[in-house]
Amino acid sequence: MATLHTRSSARLMMAPAVIMLLVWMAVPLAMTLYFSFLRYNLLTPGLEEWVGFFNYKYFLTDPAFGDALVNTLLLVGGVLLITVIGGTMLALLLDQPFFGQGIVRLMVIAPFFVMPTVSALVWKNMFMHPVYGLFAYVWKLFGLEPVDWLASLPLFSITMMVAWQWLPFATLILLTALQSLDEEQKEAAEMDGAGFFSKFVYIVLPHLARAITVVILIETIFLLSVFAEILVTTSGGPGTQSTNITYLVYTQALLQFDVGGASAGGIIAVILANIVAFFLIRLIGKNLEA
Amino acid sequence: MGSIRLENVSKSFGEATVIPSLDLDIEDGEFVVFVGPSGCGKSTLLRLIAGLEDVSGGRILIDGNEVTDTPPAKRRLAMVFQSYALYPHMSVRGNIAFPLKMAGEDKAVIDKKVGDAARVLNLTDYLDRKPRQLSGGQRQRVAIGRAIVREPTAFLFDEPLSNLDAALRVNMRLEISELHQQLATTMIYVTHDQVEAMTMADKIVVLNAGRIEQVGSPLELYRNPKNLFVAGFIGSPKMNFINGATAKGHDAATIGVRPEHIALSTSEGLWKGTVGVAEHLGSDTFLHISTEGVGNVTARVGGEFSVRHGDTVYLTPEDGKIHRFDADGKAL
Repeated sequence: MATLHTRSSARLMMAPAVIMLLVWMAVPLAMTLYFSFLRYNLLTPGLEEWVGFFNYKYFLTDPAFGDALVNTLLLVGGVLLITVIGGTMLALLLDQPFFGQGIVRLMVIAPFFVMPTVSALVWKNMFMHPVYGLFAYVWKLFGLEPVDWLASLPLFSITMMVAWQWLPFATLILLTALQSLDEEQKEAAEMDGAGFFSKFVYIVLPHLARAITVVILIETIFLLSVFAEILVTTSGGPGTQSTNITYLVYTQALLQFDVGGASAGGIIAVILANIVAFFLIRLIGKNLEA
Repeated sequence: MGSIRLENVSKSFGEATVIPSLDLDIEDGEFVVFVGPSGCGKSTLLRLIAGLEDVSGGRILIDGNEVTDTPPAKRRLAMVFQSYALYPHMSVRGNIAFPLKMAGEDKAVIDKKVGDAARVLNLTDYLDRKPRQLSGGQRQRVAIGRAIVREPTAFLFDEPLSNLDAALRVNMRLEISELHQQLATTMIYVTHDQVEAMTMADKIVVLNAGRIEQVGSPLELYRNPKNLFVAGFIGSPKMNFINGATAKGHDAATIGVRPEHIALSTSEGLWKGTVGVAEHLGSDTFLHISTEGVGNVTARVGGEFSVRHGDTVYLTPEDGKIHRFDADGKAL
């Protein structure tokens, strides 16, 4: 469409923005990479020296690393499971005509607007507190011993909080996808003798496949780096029971002042994220093709 | 096995009454066309028969069994939708097999029936394609295939040809008519196109504002329209309606003359007029003529008739082909 001249001038015009973005991205990455090969502890300034892969070895052989890796995958997987299944069901429900539809839809979206730290504190103190939490009250109502959620089921508790936050996102995307389903297709399926369940499996679910893929991909990006919820509730504990990779990098850098080790952890986290992305795309990427 | 009977069926959406009470009998094996302008309730009527809408009053009987409250799947009817409503993620085979699969048929039976349907509809080479890889006509045939494998007591077509181009429409019209000859199953066909109605129907039901204006065979409607609406709707180009003194001369409030029942001459005739637009089709010539004292008249001449804009022509309506209507629009 454009002539050669306009194309080259367009390139020139875009260059500052592109270079800026590149620098913004590349410089921190390069510096992280560089730091990861140094012995660099904030407690011993001036003693930086090249240590090769020592930091990587140190981070990978840390017993906390294995736990953190498993916790990260469990957290991502658990939240995805809850939000996709729950989101689909909520979307089906909200797609039905009922009185006060607009306000209910607005309310359903609300959790997404609550900051992670705030929502985590609300969950911690108002729901999961073993003495005056709502859950403790309900448990006592049935004559049961209240559960100390954050102490006895830390990872599950955090999964719940994060899932609560992301459920509206999934619901919203799946609801719009549901609304784009052709009415005549549903009627045709009805005439063909499909009941509610068959209609869902054969017509609705395939139609939602692409939206579900988008939900999974976007959520995975954000869920790999869950941090605030852990920091304000369990601080990764007890032990390492609720430490994920992001939190482990944080403890390395800011609690042990080991910048080198934290950088190595950061690079490992990037590599892990890419591995996850690779498998995700292999698994569900074909849904995105038109 | 395939007669449908509507008794006092009515439908309203909230305050708005779309179909005031109507009765209709459809015989087994008939090809019935519901025709009318858009918004006349013809699609709604079809959906009532299909069970996709609940009736507000009255009864629907299929083969003498009341089905008013029966869900669509249990009525043993098959429907072809305007948008075809194919399942986009299933292959042609999957689409055609779907109703059988839902009915819990055997795999072998399904394969055989799908194969048979594909052969009848020339779809054998396309069975493994997805709907989006098909042309409009092929999609239409898949939709029909999905309907015939169910071996329904009646087929319902909801403006199935309106998304096709003109040439394809003529083809599909023929194919559907041939299918009806082969299967001899009751078919109900909704369209706003009177040409489709005239060419395909055994029986036409002309609807207007939810009311049945007239029911009859195509030629019956053509020859003896009951009122102005049917007279104007059936036939192309439209019947000419003439009011005033000329109509009085025939003892009517309005008289109607079809364009093909007007003799044209350049030298002599009953009405004198000036040619406005002349449409030369080769096989026919349509003339839009403004006539003195009679108004604008459309006339058809077979073959070629060389007149141009501004020429003077004389028109004579054929004897015995003049339709007379009273002040309420009823035929006299």
